[in-house]
Amino acid sequence: MNKPILSVTDLHKSFGPQHVLKGISLDVQAGERIAIIGGSGSGKSTFLRCINFMEMPSQGRIALDGHSLGSVKQTRAGETRVNYAERELCQVRARVGMVFQQFNLFPHMTVLENVMEGLVTVKRAAKTEAREVALSQLTKVGLSNRLDAYPSQLSGGQQQRVAIARALAMEPEIILFDEPTSSLDPELVGEVLRSIRVLADEGRTMLLVTHELGFAYHFATKVIFLADGVFHEVGTPEEVLKEPKQQKTKEFLRRFNEFAF
Amino acid sequence: MVRVGGTLVNYIWDFSAVFSHADLLILGLRNTVLLAIVSIAIGLAVGLALAALLLCQYRVPRYAALAFVEFYRSTPPIVHFFWFYFALPVLFNIEMSPFAAAVLALSTQSSAFYAEVFRGGILSIERGQREAGSALGMTKAQAMRRVVLPQAVARMIAPLVERSFELTKTTALASTLAFADLLYQAMMINSETFRPLEVYTLVALMYLILLTFASALARIGERRAARWR
Repeated sequence: MNKPILSVTDLHKSFGPQHVLKGISLDVQAGERIAIIGGSGSGKSTFLRCINFMEMPSQGRIALDGHSLGSVKQTRAGETRVNYAERELCQVRARVGMVFQQFNLFPHMTVLENVMEGLVTVKRAAKTEAREVALSQLTKVGLSNRLDAYPSQLSGGQQQRVAIARALAMEPEIILFDEPTSSLDPELVGEVLRSIRVLADEGRTMLLVTHELGFAYHFATKVIFLADGVFHEVGTPEEVLKEPKQQKTKEFLRRFNEFAF
Repeated sequence: MVRVGGTLVNYIWDFSAVFSHADLLILGLRNTVLLAIVSIAIGLAVGLALAALLLCQYRVPRYAALAFVEFYRSTPPIVHFFWFYFALPVLFNIEMSPFAAAVLALSTQSSAFYAEVFRGGILSIERGQREAGSALGMTKAQAMRRVVLPQAVARMIAPLVERSFELTKTTALASTLAFADLLYQAMMINSETFRPLEVYTLVALMYLILLTFASALARIGERRAARWR
């Protein structure tokens, strides 16, 4: 096994009294594509959002390329706490891309400006250079003909493809997809999934939280079933989706297939 | 024709006496505009600082700003005029010109209202916008400057303009400090010409034209700030 590019150790997350993640550990190798499935409220989005610190983990460590993030402090009560400096978090987030369920495009910027924004503001790239990169990413998701449109003029599927291009422009080492098709009309899901599959073919490292089990089956190198804040079952798509061993996984899949035809 | 006490009165409008004092009215208009612009500028700057305090994560500055805002929201502006002009010299031996007192009264009061507009505008931007910025690696300050503020400003323009109109009309209170604003000049001309209907009608017209013009400018600005909608 190579050294993992992302390593999560004993991750916990609580919102007030609610203990959402109860000790999650995961090593991600370069080129792996991990699909995370589970019922709503199981904590799968929270887990993904902890990886790039959209949510601050309550406990546990995250390491990127072998470097543990944050610094451990002892509190007066004798507990250990991990503190994160804003600068370190910004550097991590620039290396870990994220695509949101609600797209979250910047409505006051054109398609092109949206994709250039990270390069110009965060990476301090020259405008011409940023334009070049943005253009090639937008071409990849098939939107090079809508450069000057504003997000409000695009369909949901188009907006999500712009969001994918925006994340890609930063050349992230890992891309996190947080239910990227869940707020799309059914007929628009396909175009977004096709864009994601292009990235898979490029050998990119990706984590995908999804309800599209069919896509997870074809896309992922590893599937994780998350329930009650822990990994209940981990394996190849074949193992988890076709021959699940855990009772909970079986029930979840049965509920999912209830109205299949 | 106006009916007064059962008889018809033919009032003959005569602006000639008023027009002969046009220079006084022009001066009044100039002073009103000057007072409004200076007060709006200072009010906006202080309001922005107050909004930053209101949104601050620490309790002490937040409560201090909140107390300031509440105080100015809940007290009539004429009291502030009197306070700065009449009370400060008595209590603290601080004397100032009517203009300075009026600017202080107007800008502090409107800063409280502006602060609320700024705060509301910033809070109205969805959390996902800030998250999308920080997910790209932006610092909090960068996400505020590049993502939140441009959108918030577009939403703030209308209430800010509304507030500034309110302020411009409140400048008339400066006449109580014998500041030569438009209303004060009108009172002066009236006491000389005894033509209150003409004087005050004309003054109302001047306010109307001034603010209608400003309103047109504001609408252009608003459209520019939100051309993406």
